[in-house]
Amino acid sequence: MLPTPSTSHVNYDQVYEPAEDSYLLLDTLSSASETAFLQRRFPQHATSPLVVEIGPGSGVVLAFVTAHAGRIFARRNVGTLGVDVNPVACAATRQTVQTASASARADCGVFLDAVNGDLTTAIKPGSVDVLIFNPPYVPSESLPSLPVHDEHDAADARGSFARDSHLLSLSTDGGIDGMEITNRLLAQLDVALSARGVAYILLCAQNKPEIVMAQVRAWPTRDASMLRWNVEKVASSGRKAGWEKLCVIRIWSDR
Amino acid sequence: MKLLTLNFLTCARKTCKATAASFPLHCREVELEQVEMDPNPLFIKNMLPRLDWKAMKGLTQELGLPQLPNEAPSEEELQGADGEPTQVLNDLHTLLMETSVVSGKLVCGNCEYEYPVKDGIASFLLPSHMV
Repeated sequence: MLPTPSTSHVNYDQVYEPAEDSYLLLDTLSSASETAFLQRRFPQHATSPLVVEIGPGSGVVLAFVTAHAGRIFARRNVGTLGVDVNPVACAATRQTVQTASASARADCGVFLDAVNGDLTTAIKPGSVDVLIFNPPYVPSESLPSLPVHDEHDAADARGSFARDSHLLSLSTDGGIDGMEITNRLLAQLDVALSARGVAYILLCAQNKPEIVMAQVRAWPTRDASMLRWNVEKVASSGRKAGWEKLCVIRIWSDR
Repeated sequence: MKLLTLNFLTCARKTCKATAASFPLHCREVELEQVEMDPNPLFIKNMLPRLDWKAMKGLTQELGLPQLPNEAPSEEELQGADGEPTQVLNDLHTLLMETSVVSGKLVCGNCEYEYPVKDGIASFLLPSHMV
């Protein structure tokens, strides 16, 4: 078991606290089957992969991947980047990743930055090699509005309960079937991922993972060199009497 | 925000993505700082082929930093005969990994929209009418 990064500095009134979903991602990314897959996909001689986590929140998953790059990828020349819609989460992620990297210097990859943005909209097309997303997957009646940077100063001063709950709702509320944000991200994958790109996305039972996976398999290919989109369920948790609570799917393409 | 990160960012507006002018974003009124970081020579070497050298050269010009050569260095220029990293590689580490934008604006060359950087964190959230 690789150590879990510390997030004790994070204010959980404003940033999602690591929970079962976060830990399922840590277990998945460090599992024997996924490390073998990633090491085959990004062999030593290939250019350095860029790992992008969307919605890192506290930064626990990105810190884990960065600090243990040597174990997960069998190479330390791996770059990592976080993009969160919550500006408070960006600062939290940066600190979590830097702290974890400093305590794993012999094993750690290279953390680039945490950027405040909406999913992959600010990422240069075709640059993401490994995308990780623990989405706001809880079904909700409506979606919270995105923060706008013009409001930052005013919002910082407000520091109110209303602002805190708004920021937290961004990390949980997923609209219809809890899939509205995930569907937006899925629609961006074709553009964001590199030719060798892989995406790990966490889903809950209400998201109807089997339907999501069937949709991915039916995606049109990007160009003539691409054979098909693949998707596989690579982990699950909370299995009770055949009823599974959370799962992680892996999406990649064959060429 | 490290200068290397700018190699992976673009204007967040959908209409700008298709235009060449939306990359790289241009630095305006930026405050830079040097932050020491453990060198990872293999990372620089294996990241170099993914670097838009022309864009990076333009950035160093805008920022008044030491000029980069016209062409990206070859693999032989990064490693000495003794296997040790060369000055060229160390300089790239200093530029890409240790030079950071603390505050200022990142401007799209197509739509001129200004993305603010505060405390080293760039914000790409757009007002809803611009998304």
